[in-house]
Amino acid sequence: MEYMLLIHSDPSGFEAAPPAQKQEALAAYGAYTQALQQAGVLRGANRLRPPQAATTVRLESGKTKVLNGPYADTREQLGGYFLIDVPDLDSALSWAARCPGASHGAVEVRPVWPLGAD
Amino acid sequence: MPTPASPPDADSAAQAAEAAEAAARRSYGKLVAILAGRTRDVAAAEDALSEAFAAALADWPARGVPQAPEAWLLTVARRKRVDAVRRDRLDEEASRQLLWLADEIDEHDPSAVPDRRLGLLFACAHPGIDAAVRAPLMLQVVLGFDAATIASAFLVAPAAMGQRLARAKAKIRQAGIGFEVPACDALRERLDAVLDAIYAAYAEGWSDPEGADARRRNLAGEAIWLGRLLASLLPDAPEALGLLALMLHAHARRDARRDAAGDYVPLAAQDPARWDAALIDEAEALLSRAGRLGQPGRFQLEAAVQSAHAVRRRRGEADWSAIEQLYEALATLTGSPVAALNHAVALARTRGPQAGLQALQPLGADRRLADYQPYWAARAELLLQAGDRAEALQAYTRAIGLESDPAVRRFLQRRAEAASVGTPPQDQADPPGRFARD
Repeated sequence: MEYMLLIHSDPSGFEAAPPAQKQEALAAYGAYTQALQQAGVLRGANRLRPPQAATTVRLESGKTKVLNGPYADTREQLGGYFLIDVPDLDSALSWAARCPGASHGAVEVRPVWPLGAD
Repeated sequence: MPTPASPPDADSAAQAAEAAEAAARRSYGKLVAILAGRTRDVAAAEDALSEAFAAALADWPARGVPQAPEAWLLTVARRKRVDAVRRDRLDEEASRQLLWLADEIDEHDPSAVPDRRLGLLFACAHPGIDAAVRAPLMLQVVLGFDAATIASAFLVAPAAMGQRLARAKAKIRQAGIGFEVPACDALRERLDAVLDAIYAAYAEGWSDPEGADARRRNLAGEAIWLGRLLASLLPDAPEALGLLALMLHAHARRDARRDAAGDYVPLAAQDPARWDAALIDEAEALLSRAGRLGQPGRFQLEAAVQSAHAVRRRRGEADWSAIEQLYEALATLTGSPVAALNHAVALARTRGPQAGLQALQPLGADRRLADYQPYWAARAELLLQAGDRAEALQAYTRAIGLESDPAVRRFLQRRAEAASVGTPPQDQADPPGRFARD
């Protein structure tokens, strides 16, 4: 089954960190990605630019509205994702716990809803 | 429950709440064991018990804590059980259950609450219960943990944990799993399952060394509590003593696993002065008592390994040749790849990194170790000692990616950094996460 691991965290923590710590954090993500690859479960992953780079679009009574900034105005923001393919939720949770995002933020685990499935 | 005429003052309310909580903690499993003993309906017993605790919270502040709180709770819970059976069922089964419940009420002195928790532990670890749910089930029915707390500790979704627990309780009821302590010949085999489940609870608690998660930190303490209970109820079962000795040895080193800055400190680098001497002494006494019974087993061997580490307190150095032999015996006895891994690490200590790497070689193909962080960390460490920096770095990266504890992850990252710049390896050939379940 495919699961999306959505990393929510406060981007200001990373921005304020000294360079050595930033590098350590990125290296941890690199190692995590590699471990997922070597376990044969990685389907996709991306890091997202910070929420300042976000633009939100919606259509209201036939008119498009374009706003600067992210959809949800919360302290913790979607910062990236991993898409994994594992047998069940238990193993998805064990990979989520290993994600560095679980210690500097929160990792939301959502099963993918394949097109056409109930 | 009658409502008190005047509102209880805050002090006595707090005292009563405390007394109720203390009674809940101490007596939960005891009361469940009695309430579900005949009907085997654990879920119904728990419902009745939680109503009794709620009644205590309402009643005790007004009238004071009763002299025998356990007996009070038992009486109220029984009444609730009888009410529930009368309310929910009108068939023959109901009259049979009512008879059983009446039987139980009559057969005991109401102030003396018998201890049948041992039977309850055996029911939780019955071969008919899925092995993965045995430890969670014990934590719930013997200690009263809620499903959400247990789910967090075992890294399972709360809804899924709730379902698994409910299914296990239904199985006990429907299959009529008895709350008896098995007879001699079956005891040993059935006891292994009880010990495994208690150890699983301990290992889950151990994996939160920072103590950041109060529930999880509690779990290790609760597992020790169960271990003490088991050792006191079965004083002649050497493996029960061995398990308790093992957990106490590990627990003695709990605080030493972190330095003042919160960084991970591997066993070999720990200051023995920070180990809890009283716990170690207690563990040693248990282990020698177990040894005198003349039936070695897995938990005694594992406790003996910890004992060989603890000699560093007196001699300044762990007894590595004993550790090497004990892990060899463990690997042969259990076939566990984790024991084989630890044996390889010990061999590196007694005969050098090449011997360790050679012993590690066949384990590389074991799929159970492919995602096991301590395997990769140990491999990295031995490769580094043998001078193979490039391979060591790769193994470190794998270990870092598999680790979930940020302090251990940081430690591994620093070791990897040191490896990449060619710092000579320090005396740290100790795979982090020794107590992870195998």
